[in-house]
Amino acid sequence: MAVLLLAEVTSGELAMDATAKAVTASQALGDVTVLCAGASAAAAGEAAAKIDGVAKVLVAEDASLGHRLAEPTAALIVSLAGDYDHIVAPATTDAKNVMPRVAALLDVMVISDATAVIDADTFERPIYAGNAMQTVKSSDAKKVITFRTATFDAAGEGGSASVETIGAAENPGLSEWVEDKVAASDRPELTSAGVVVSGGRGVGSEEDFKIIEALADKLGAAVGASRAAVDSGYAPNDWQVGQTGKVVAPDLYVAVGISGAIQHLAGMKDSKIIVAINKDEEAPIFQVADFGLVADLFSAVPELTEKLG
Amino acid sequence: MKVLVPVKRVIDYNVKVRVKADGSGVDLANVKMSMNPFDEIAVEEAIRLKEAGKADEVIAVSIGVKQSQETLRTALAMGADRAILVIAADDVHTDIEPLSVAKILAKIVEEEQPGVVLCGKQAIDNDMNATGQMLSALLGWSQGTFASEVDIDGDTAKVTREVDGGLQTLSVKMPAIITVDLRLNEPRYASLPNIMKAKKKPLDEKTAADYGVDVTPRLEIVKTVEPAERAAGIIVGSVDELVEKLKEAGAV
Ligand SMILES: Cc1cc2nc3c(=O)[nH]c(=O)nc-3n(C[C@H](O)[C@H](O)[C@H](O)COP(=O)(O)OP(=O)(O)OC[C@H]3O[C@@H](n4cnc5c(N)ncnc54)[C@H](O)[C@@H]3O)c2cc1C
Ligand SMILES: Cc1cc2nc3c(=O)[nH]c(=O)nc-3n(C[C@H](O)[C@H](O)[C@H](O)COP(=O)(O)OP(=O)(O)OC[C@H]3O[C@@H](n4cnc5c(N)ncnc54)[C@H](O)[C@@H]3O)c2cc1C
Repeated sequence: MAVLLLAEVTSGELAMDATAKAVTASQALGDVTVLCAGASAAAAGEAAAKIDGVAKVLVAEDASLGHRLAEPTAALIVSLAGDYDHIVAPATTDAKNVMPRVAALLDVMVISDATAVIDADTFERPIYAGNAMQTVKSSDAKKVITFRTATFDAAGEGGSASVETIGAAENPGLSEWVEDKVAASDRPELTSAGVVVSGGRGVGSEEDFKIIEALADKLGAAVGASRAAVDSGYAPNDWQVGQTGKVVAPDLYVAVGISGAIQHLAGMKDSKIIVAINKDEEAPIFQVADFGLVADLFSAVPELTEKLG
Repeated sequence: MKVLVPVKRVIDYNVKVRVKADGSGVDLANVKMSMNPFDEIAVEEAIRLKEAGKADEVIAVSIGVKQSQETLRTALAMGADRAILVIAADDVHTDIEPLSVAKILAKIVEEEQPGVVLCGKQAIDNDMNATGQMLSALLGWSQGTFASEVDIDGDTAKVTREVDGGLQTLSVKMPAIITVDLRLNEPRYASLPNIMKAKKKPLDEKTAADYGVDVTPRLEIVKTVEPAERAAGIIVGSVDELVEKLKEAGAV
């Protein structure tokens, strides 16, 4: 059995963590060929070749593949699909944009956000914001799957797979990239960070989010937020953790001024240790917290930041 | 231009989900059902397009059980002009997969020739995040997913998308499939007079067979179980105690 894995490539660079986790998830399915596609992707291909368990790397460089536009990327994958039984990717927003399109072009269903591989046809995935886990068995000839990265460990780096350069498929020319607004940050990436500190509506303003950021920096953590904090403009959209934001499972997750709605829990309840700081002792977040502190965040968080010194 | 908005009837997002003891799925009998929250945002956007003079008709479509009629009445009460109900299942627990939904929607698009289809980015029950992308593939149309800003201008639409790294703006060719994210707008509530008026708006009833689409699922549900529970934690009395516990646990 052969697996084609769409690597996460952003501006020519391989997102190692997400890609290596998807490699781990695919290991039981067969020989893994990693596809690196982009306006420039050669360096990403070199990096992918080093991931343990990768049998082969395909590099497709073409202007049309820049910015991961869904239509040309899906066309490329479909042109390669004949050789593979499983077509997989880490469940990033890029892959969630592309993979259902690939599936429909192949007349198969997509299996989104799989959290476990039971056998070559059978997968587990969360539904209803993680309030139920469903095992589904596919009757399709080819399986198109995205893997939830938070539940798999990254494969190591010690491999030396061969790298082959391939051409792009014809660009359907349906959409054009205009711009990206990406905030540069020195902090670790939210979905791969070992520690995440998140703030909610309780933080009250963009200005006061600095309290959250200071604690995060003390812990070398990524910063997250609830939807309410993002909607209120305290934090940017890419910080949102939850059913419709990012799913994280760090060693330590600190939730500050977050009530613990199921949609938020869906994004963080698999964290190893959860700390909750909330002034309302009835807040549902305390039901999932290993350590809860009932306190005003404006005094407790700066004190915690200081005492962690 | 016509705007087509697929709306899905799902468990209300405030309802605590209960997994059936026999592992066959989630209990949906006698629970509150509502319009998928993302679809409310899509309906709102469609109505705003009409109010701005960019669209002249808003058509809501739902595919599922007969009760999905209620969801369509909600869309009509918000301001959609007419509705199409495609009955594809008798039992509220029957699965209609995004691929089948997309195939039915593709047929409706052929008939109605909308200039744009506004979908929700994901349904909060199955969380597949797939239908819009699949429909776009079947039609060979452009796709702008996870939109937090949409600006339709003649032959193209500028779509700002919420992606992992932040925001991405695309220019997509019309006709297009756009799937909407939470921050696109705040949906209006239907007023009582509009709820009354909605009862008289046209609602066409069809079946999946009318469109010649086989809705047999490709994914067999083997079992559905409760997620693993977290062990209960403790409440600490002070920041000092918290620091101590974190150190003991090796977390800092
Ligand atoms: C379709 C859909 C999708 C959604 N997706 C997501 C998602 O992906 N992620 C997400 O987070 N939400 C999501 N939500 C929203 C979710 O339902 C909640 O509304 C949201 O998580 C609430 O955010 P919050 O906890 O910050 O705010 P609130 O619920 O308002 O909680 C604020 C908390 O702060 C506490 N507080 C206030 N002041 C202080 C203080 N001084 N010190 C200490 N504590 C204080 C309060 O006691 C309260 O518990 C979604 C909702 C829907 C309908
Ligand atoms: C009443 C009912 C009960 C169900 N119960 C279960 C269950 O217990 N377990 C289970 O696994 N599955 C259930 N399903 C089916 C399952 O949710 C399907 O796979 C579903 O139709 C696709 O949803 P999704 O989350 O995968 O779609 P997504 O691709 O996430 O949906 C994205 C968007 O596509 C549009 N859309 C999707 N489906 C429809 C539709 N039917 N009609 C109109 N627009 C639509 C909406 O705009 C939506 O926002 C049920 C379906 C119905 C109608």
